[in-house]
Amino acid sequence: MSERWLVAMSGGVDSSVAAALLAREHEVVGVTMDLGGAPEDAAPASGKRCCGLPDAEDARAVARRLGIRHYTANYRREFREAVIEPFAAEYARGRTPIPCVACNRVLKFDVLLRRARALGARGVATGHYARLAPAPDGGPGLFRALDRSKDQTYFLFDLPRAVLPSLRFPLGELTKPEVRELAAEFGLATANKPESQGICFIPDGDVRAALGRLGAARDAAGGEIVDAAGRVLGHHRGAVGYTVGQRQGLGLSGGPWYVREVRPAENRVVVDRRPELSSRELLADGVTWLDGAPPSGPVRVQVRHRHAAVAAQVEPAESGGVRIGFAEPVWAPAPGQAAVVYDAEDRRLLGGGWISACA
Amino acid sequence: MRRIYLDHNATTPVRPEAVAAMLGALQEDWGNPSSVHWAGSAARDALVHAREQVAALLGVAPDTVVFTSGATEASNTVIRHAARRAPGQGDHVVTCSTEHPAVLEVCEELREEGLRVSVLPVERDGRLDPERFAAALGEGTLLASVMWVNNETGVIQPIPELAARARAQGVPFHTDAVQALGKLPLELGRLPVDYASFSAHKLGGPKGIGALYVREGLRIGSLLRGGPQERRRRAGTENLPGAVGFGAACEAAGSDMVERTRSLGALRDRLWEGIAAKIPDAQQNGSIEHRVPHTLSVSFAGADGEALVAALDLEGIAVASGAACASGSTEPSHVLVAMGIPQPIGAGSIRVSLGVGTNQAEIEALLAALPDTVARVREALASEAARA
Repeated sequence: MSERWLVAMSGGVDSSVAAALLAREHEVVGVTMDLGGAPEDAAPASGKRCCGLPDAEDARAVARRLGIRHYTANYRREFREAVIEPFAAEYARGRTPIPCVACNRVLKFDVLLRRARALGARGVATGHYARLAPAPDGGPGLFRALDRSKDQTYFLFDLPRAVLPSLRFPLGELTKPEVRELAAEFGLATANKPESQGICFIPDGDVRAALGRLGAARDAAGGEIVDAAGRVLGHHRGAVGYTVGQRQGLGLSGGPWYVREVRPAENRVVVDRRPELSSRELLADGVTWLDGAPPSGPVRVQVRHRHAAVAAQVEPAESGGVRIGFAEPVWAPAPGQAAVVYDAEDRRLLGGGWISACA
Repeated sequence: MRRIYLDHNATTPVRPEAVAAMLGALQEDWGNPSSVHWAGSAARDALVHAREQVAALLGVAPDTVVFTSGATEASNTVIRHAARRAPGQGDHVVTCSTEHPAVLEVCEELREEGLRVSVLPVERDGRLDPERFAAALGEGTLLASVMWVNNETGVIQPIPELAARARAQGVPFHTDAVQALGKLPLELGRLPVDYASFSAHKLGGPKGIGALYVREGLRIGSLLRGGPQERRRRAGTENLPGAVGFGAACEAAGSDMVERTRSLGALRDRLWEGIAAKIPDAQQNGSIEHRVPHTLSVSFAGADGEALVAALDLEGIAVASGAACASGSTEPSHVLVAMGIPQPIGAGSIRVSLGVGTNQAEIEALLAALPDTVARVREALASEAARA
């Protein structure tokens, strides 16, 4: 029976094709979230852009082509509070945040899901590369996309399991080239739109400048770059904004050096040689488990987007989080990034947590 | 899908009389009214007739009516004209917090240019207190601008009294009368109003045409440069199809105004009674007594105007949330904020505006859809409800 589904349409090719595929069997309503664009525009008051969001225009054109209804929803305040401000706060603590995880959990699969309910829709569909299928216990499960190079389950690790029955990911079984082909077949103008990269609210990629605008690096004075023994190797322009594993932009001689730790309280950046950034163990907090409890057997754990998951064991830690021991060293796990846990076959998402410390 | 249009304050369907007049201008009187020859002459006659029709509804002499591209241009023209007298003859402009952006944004620009701008607060019922208004006027006040009927709430400002207060202090008075035209008998020529802005598409005319009323004896400079049209008050070849459409719409609106406002008022009241019976905590925004009969601004605490509008649209019912282009899923419009309506109430507001063609069945259809829609939106927004 045909149901009504809300599709989150960003104006890009993935969500356009997701809408087109779902519209073949269901009544689809497209919604583009107005998140306020770049941070300096994030103030919700003026509404000056509300009739002219360029990506919303693309989404509207796709909706017209597909013959589905389309609306823009203003979630500037929600985005600022749930995504942008925590992002800045994490950097200010010397951590490396992943804003996409909170955006998925709060904006797409809570706020927008509420909108779906308000519109009488069954749930929310998106252009994420991930698969929904029953888990071994018969309940809903989340699995890696068939196209492993596009898999986005890393960014979906902390969705509450209760939400899964209200979601659809129509692209989970497709590859990106297939999606582009489909877009062309459907006659969608977005078929050849370039891939969006990086952080959507920092379109120029200049995280340091964005943090300055957000007030996270306001007092950032220059400081020392030191090695593990405390030897001063050079100077930085304010510790906030450096990322564990970073090699570029350090301006040190005798390299290559890599950022090993950021200490905002001391305004210090600690660097080290590449092998020293590997860890065999880490602590994660803020954990979420789809099955309700941490997995007991062998699993695979991924500590960064686009990194391979590594064989590991998870055990509860004193802190309430977990301790993750790896079968082989993983490189540069960064506090603030997610440690995402998959089953031993590296297919089903089991949950994960936020990296708090490495050993 | 059924189509029920209850957003006449955003725009109106074009009345058949206006369509017929416009076809005439496009097919027969396509000449340039400035031309000397037969083609220009016919166009000029059509323009004269259109001006007479508009002037009749305003209750003014035809040569006080200047055709513009719309009310936005008319308001810009007046405010910019007044500001040209600064700093020599004054440095101050008075307006009101519930004005349309066509006035507020221009005043904001004047502030950036160094003028003093007083944006007066309104009472809880959306009305401007005449005492407060009079107290704000001073020696250097170049212009006072207050809208006649608010587009979001339908609240009527006491324009005759405000204009008299301004006149008494020698301050030129402008009113954005877009939502008043065709809904209230204006008799503008008898009031101490100096300038007024109008738009055709809010009363069954086409978009892209409006008018500026300039009281007999006052001068006004054109906002645009480039020609002597409209007696040097608005440069550029006249939009003749628009003007004759506007004229015909004014005549039609004038001929059925009494009966139309009576029947729409009855429908609007029926709508409110139905809402109040089915959704007991709903509340009307703005003065009940001083309100045009075809507008209902209503708040459902804990709902969300943007979601309500989309949900009703999916059922074929067109209403508005705040103004047509106001931003904010959870921020009430600037008009509701100015009236002191608390955020959780104002954020769940919709505007229902009736017009020519609105009938009982449409009102009943909205009444049938609204309780479930409001309940669904409220439930969806309540905590924990998002999941399954």
